[in-house]
Amino acid sequence: MSERRKFRPPRFGSPIFGERGPAEMSEILRYEDWSDPVPAADREVVSRLPDDDAGRPPLLFVPGHGHGAAVFAEHWLGHAAGRGFPSHAVTPRPGGDLRARVHDVVQVAAGLPRRTVLIGHGTGGRVVAGALGRYPARAAVLVAPVLAGRIPPAGRVRLPDPVGGPPMLVVGSPDDSVVTRPALDRAAARYGVAPLLFPGMGHDLMLETSWAEPIDAILDWLLKEL
Amino acid sequence: MQDSPDLGDRGGAVCVIGAGASGLTAVKNLREQGFAVDCYERETSVGGAWNWRHDRSPVYAGAHVISSRPLTEFPDFPMPDTWPDYPHHSQILEYLERYAAHFELGDDIWFGMEVASIEPAGDGRWDVTIRSTGGGSSRVQRYAAVVIANGHNWSPVSPEIPGEFGGQVIHANAYKDPSRLRGRRVLVIGGGNTGCDIAVEAAQHADRVWHSTRRGYWYAPKYLGTRPADQARPRRGPAWWRQWRYRRAAADLTRWGVPAPDHPPFASHPVVNGLLPHYLGHGRIEPVGDVTRYDGAAVELADGRRIEPNLVITATGYRPRFDFAAPELLDTDEHGRPDLHLHTFARRHPTLAVVGLVQPDSGIFPLAHWQSVAVARWLRLRVTDPEKAAAVQREESQRPPASWSRRPVIPTRRHWFEVGHVDYLRAVESLLARMAA
Ligand SMILES: Cc1cc2nc3c(=O)[nH]c(=O)nc-3n(C[C@H](O)[C@H](O)[C@H](O)COP(=O)(O)OP(=O)(O)OC[C@H]3O[C@@H](n4cnc5c(N)ncnc54)[C@H](O)[C@@H]3O)c2cc1C
Ligand SMILES: NC(=O)c1ccc[n+]([C@@H]2O[C@H](COP(=O)([O-])OP(=O)(O)OC[C@H]3O[C@@H](n4cnc5c(N)ncnc54)[C@H](OP(=O)(O)O)[C@@H]3O)[C@@H](O)[C@H]2O)c1
Repeated sequence: MSERRKFRPPRFGSPIFGERGPAEMSEILRYEDWSDPVPAADREVVSRLPDDDAGRPPLLFVPGHGHGAAVFAEHWLGHAAGRGFPSHAVTPRPGGDLRARVHDVVQVAAGLPRRTVLIGHGTGGRVVAGALGRYPARAAVLVAPVLAGRIPPAGRVRLPDPVGGPPMLVVGSPDDSVVTRPALDRAAARYGVAPLLFPGMGHDLMLETSWAEPIDAILDWLLKEL
Repeated sequence: MQDSPDLGDRGGAVCVIGAGASGLTAVKNLREQGFAVDCYERETSVGGAWNWRHDRSPVYAGAHVISSRPLTEFPDFPMPDTWPDYPHHSQILEYLERYAAHFELGDDIWFGMEVASIEPAGDGRWDVTIRSTGGGSSRVQRYAAVVIANGHNWSPVSPEIPGEFGGQVIHANAYKDPSRLRGRRVLVIGGGNTGCDIAVEAAQHADRVWHSTRRGYWYAPKYLGTRPADQARPRRGPAWWRQWRYRRAAADLTRWGVPAPDHPPFASHPVVNGLLPHYLGHGRIEPVGDVTRYDGAAVELADGRRIEPNLVITATGYRPRFDFAAPELLDTDEHGRPDLHLHTFARRHPTLAVVGLVQPDSGIFPLAHWQSVAVARWLRLRVTDPEKAAAVQREESQRPPASWSRRPVIPTRRHWFEVGHVDYLRAVESLLARMAA
């Protein structure tokens, strides 16, 4: 993979051709993906499947910074599978920037047999928000999402409009010290919805003793929307 | 799946003709805009040209795509990033099957059903006559709109060469695998991607190979170093600079007697084949000029030379066919060339569109995707905001064709629908922006 660097043509944005303007950064003209596609990488995917296929859409959970797929394997994956949803969680490639993480999520989602529901927690919410610009998810859930700020090593913040107009849900706790109530409201407003609140819980809703409440609410909402 | 859809009036539903790549993306994107869709496919499965099981499929065993993965895949359903840069045709079929399954398109597709005619029913609606390919009666259904996605690479065209030939002549369409070439002396006619691919396969398997082209082309490699050439190719910047880069990347085959191109870069459909120079260099492919006459065991060439192949493969392309539509619906001229806005929208029928009738310098799928998004949004806008739709139509009719199909091309049939993918997608993008404004 390091070899390919040697053959790179002069890039646009270099002094001879001027900076690329915002008009060039469209969802249709994907110069970056055409000339410098994200290379393949190992991605850890943890799955829990229901005993019978009831035709429900697959769920793909995306962890935030500092967590891996395991954070969902603890309770939520098994619980959702128990309620009939094929459930998966992906750990995006270590060290990947936002573009690479979005790529990883879209790759896994597109590899599942049916249109997938994307569920992102924390900074994983931003990755899901990015993926929604690239993949027509069946629905999307942002759990205590961190939509602004930095994803290491350096990610630009730009939230695309979700393609295919998926139903959106924003979930969080007013007592979360990482994603404050106003941040949660802003995230929900970005998608024209009101947040679904679980008072008394902290940021990592899927690890709390009352972990079942939010996931049950999410699955109930999904069953209503589908 | 039921045996047949409801008879009669389908209300606001849209009819899609064909379940190849273009038809599949049309069904998906129409559904995303809330339309009910009936898609009719005369074959028994999806995939169109890429489904080698179909008699009309033009693919041969060795075919790999000529555009690399990121320029070939649908923009909202990537191919696995572990797939090769240039996937094999069987992978493209697998990809289309997965696309259909993932978006559950099968529910809306009626296989083994051929559209025999489409006729305006007044009010912008359409009467569509559908016939079972297994025989049996036909029936008519009324739709709010028709999206044609019938492909343009399945009806072969062969040159009319005077004289009688003692050997065998087949069109590339009937060439499936190299077993056909073993022990033969093969003449391949045509310098498009099919002709070059088959000349290379013949070089690997036949006793002797001649490759006849009626002009020189810009022969592009698949790789520059280890990078897919289309990824390394600049898409922005001054035209002179892009042409210069393309000239430098193209192979100069004149050393081996191949004619020099008689046209500037980008004025012919890109030929992408890294192995052609290789086999010319090995002396396994002998380049020859145009064929003028058959004479028994011999084939006469434009320079008066005579060669004696026993198998001639005409890789001389395909023509578009719309047997189910009266020529005036698509403003089709006497040569069979339709005249559509953006190669997509019928000029006089706002509820009639064609998807996939383009030949870009990239894969077709991304263009077919955005075309069908534009068609779906257009049809939706007509329903939700007829005034704005009328305004958009007025503005669009002012858009000069040169703005979306800027390049001058050599005026042969194969370039009727040639577009540069960047110019073309820019035009579709501005139409989408206009409708969203
Ligand atoms: C050898 C070869 C290699 C190619 N390689 C590439 C490549 O590398 N990259 C690329 O992008 N493109 C390539 N192409 C172009 C290829 O045509 C497109 O990729 C793509 O298959 C076009 O899809 P489509 O759906 O528009 O047409 P098709 O795939 O032809 O599908 C049309 C469908 O409509 C159906 N149909 C037609 N008429 C009717 C009717 N009256 N009623 C009902 N059904 C009907 C047909 O049965 C068919 O299934 C290649 C073509 C050839 C010949
Ligand atoms: N590997 C791949 O992915 C692959 C393989 C094959 C095809 N394709 C695609 O499939 C499409 C069709 O390709 P194609 O190669 O089958 O057809 P094509 O592009 O139409 O090429 C036809 C060739 O035959 C020549 N020709 C036409 N009529 C002739 C005549 N009467 N006498 C002599 N020569 C004649 C043309 O010359 P002029 O240039 O003078 O018209 C041209 O060289 C293209 O979009 C192509 O890119 C892709």
